[in-house]
Amino acid sequence: MATLGATYDRIRGQLQDYQRVAAGVIGAWGLWALIGALFIWAAVDERQLFVIGLIVGSVLALGAIGLTLIYGILRFGNFAHGDTMMLGAYVAFFFLTGLVKEERRDTSIGFGLGDLPGATDRLGDLSFGYGFLLAAAGAAIVLIAFSVGLDRLVYRKLRQRKSSIVVFSTAAIGVAFALRAVLLIIWGPEPRTYFAGITPKNEYPFDILLKTNEIFTFLVAVGSAAVVYVILFRTKLGKSMRAYSDNPELALVSGINTDRVITWTWVIGGVLLAVAGVLLALQANLKPELGFELLLPLFAAAILGGLGKPQGAFVGALVVGVCQEVSVAYFSAGYKPAVAFVILILILLIRPRGLFGSST
Amino acid sequence: MSVDTASKGLVLEAQAVVTGYGEVDILHGVSLRVEREEMVAVIGPNGAGKSTLLKAIFGLLPVRSGEVFLKGEDVTNKRPDQVVVRGLSYVPQVDNVFPSLTILENLQMGAFVRRDGVREKLDQVFALFPDLVGRRSELARRLSGGQRQMLALARALMLDPDVLLLDEPSASLSPKMAGMIFERIATINGSGTAVLLVEQNARQALSLCNRGYVLATGMNRLDGQARGLLENPDVGRLYLGA
Repeated sequence: MATLGATYDRIRGQLQDYQRVAAGVIGAWGLWALIGALFIWAAVDERQLFVIGLIVGSVLALGAIGLTLIYGILRFGNFAHGDTMMLGAYVAFFFLTGLVKEERRDTSIGFGLGDLPGATDRLGDLSFGYGFLLAAAGAAIVLIAFSVGLDRLVYRKLRQRKSSIVVFSTAAIGVAFALRAVLLIIWGPEPRTYFAGITPKNEYPFDILLKTNEIFTFLVAVGSAAVVYVILFRTKLGKSMRAYSDNPELALVSGINTDRVITWTWVIGGVLLAVAGVLLALQANLKPELGFELLLPLFAAAILGGLGKPQGAFVGALVVGVCQEVSVAYFSAGYKPAVAFVILILILLIRPRGLFGSST
Repeated sequence: MSVDTASKGLVLEAQAVVTGYGEVDILHGVSLRVEREEMVAVIGPNGAGKSTLLKAIFGLLPVRSGEVFLKGEDVTNKRPDQVVVRGLSYVPQVDNVFPSLTILENLQMGAFVRRDGVREKLDQVFALFPDLVGRRSELARRLSGGQRQMLALARALMLDPDVLLLDEPSASLSPKMAGMIFERIATINGSGTAVLLVEQNARQALSLCNRGYVLATGMNRLDGQARGLLENPDVGRLYLGA
């Protein structure tokens, strides 16, 4: 046993040495240069996949920003983030169609927003009508209530007990399992879509083919991220959130209301998740397991950017999105999650505090 | 026991405060009083409970028995955000700025509960700390130790406190920098803010303050006029290393 322990220690020491050397050689600027080179190469060589990667990444970014905000303010990894995103997508589906699963058959509650007059008439080249937008707004409200309610019910109690980060994260895993089961019970395991039928792709400069839906997705995602940026860096509320994330005790000493900061964190996180979930379901089929599959790229993005740094999460998500999509040109699409995993491992080995993380 | 100065009115009073961490009591009934516009030092050896006393007064640690009054109002065990609006500001010894916020944002956070007059107050504070003006949009993490301490003081002044609690402002600074910080503290006090100063550097603290309290092992040991304490052979032998 003793030799085993000694071997383990030696290997660990060796790994730490490699890590230190790699961090010294690469550093933050090296990492930026690497990402820049990767993007330029992808934009030249795999234009189409690169653009799709940016779109996927922009949706991931909304989830990653929420994840990183929650980490920064509440100091735990919210493993229920992906499943909450799915909850948002399913709630929007329900508002739109009024469908739930009962006795292995889809039954309608009799009304969906899609039944409103003209609600499913397509807006321009988009695949949806105004009913979808209403349903998305409804999902955002539900997720705000869900997130804030869950905090009151679970996480606030853990805070009062001064529980460790492990307890918080374990509670989040429990929430994730419960959520997924609820989604399965209410809407069943089969893939769902908001709209049947195919939308055409249009040709854009440089031979890029895009659906109008995809352009809409990108614009909404980037717009939402921009709104969060303005809130965090230009408003008193946002500054107090950043201050709290920086130094909770000093925030308290300055008279910043801790409960309010935490509540707003969940509100912003909830809205972002609803938007991300709905946009995601516009691109892909909705499945209960999708939330769990998203967890890896979300964490990879947040850690790559530097946990707690929203601007980092945004950049990190674009990188993860592009890498995942471009990898399809070389490997089977089934390896996409592996790409996120490789990014995660590399960043943890080379620069665990990420692009925007600081040493202090 | 306590010495009456020219009484301008009491702003802060702690009576027989008992507090501690976990099961252990650190303070076993410490009392002190700060008059309006006065500057009071709390000195004592390491582990005497000086910093703990400030935290208990400010509501960061639960007061297990005893009372704290601010301008006659009982603020015992009020939360820091409730105390701060009543005119008490606190500068912790370490981690006393928001490193990833700019200097300006740090000051805005100091004025978080302030509803109006933030701009005027900013001008006043920048006038007091001219070194910070040119760097207002830089991140606080880029500041040197002394500049950080100035920013921490400036942040605490944003609410026009009646009493400023300072926890070892000269710790880990060069003697020259420490001297500058003490100069600023004297200026702040001169403009009417009462100061309760906890210091390791007892000689410097006493030569700056009106009165002083000497703590040891969580209890009041001595108190009196600062000059008297400086000349007191007991204090000299025990804490001033003379």
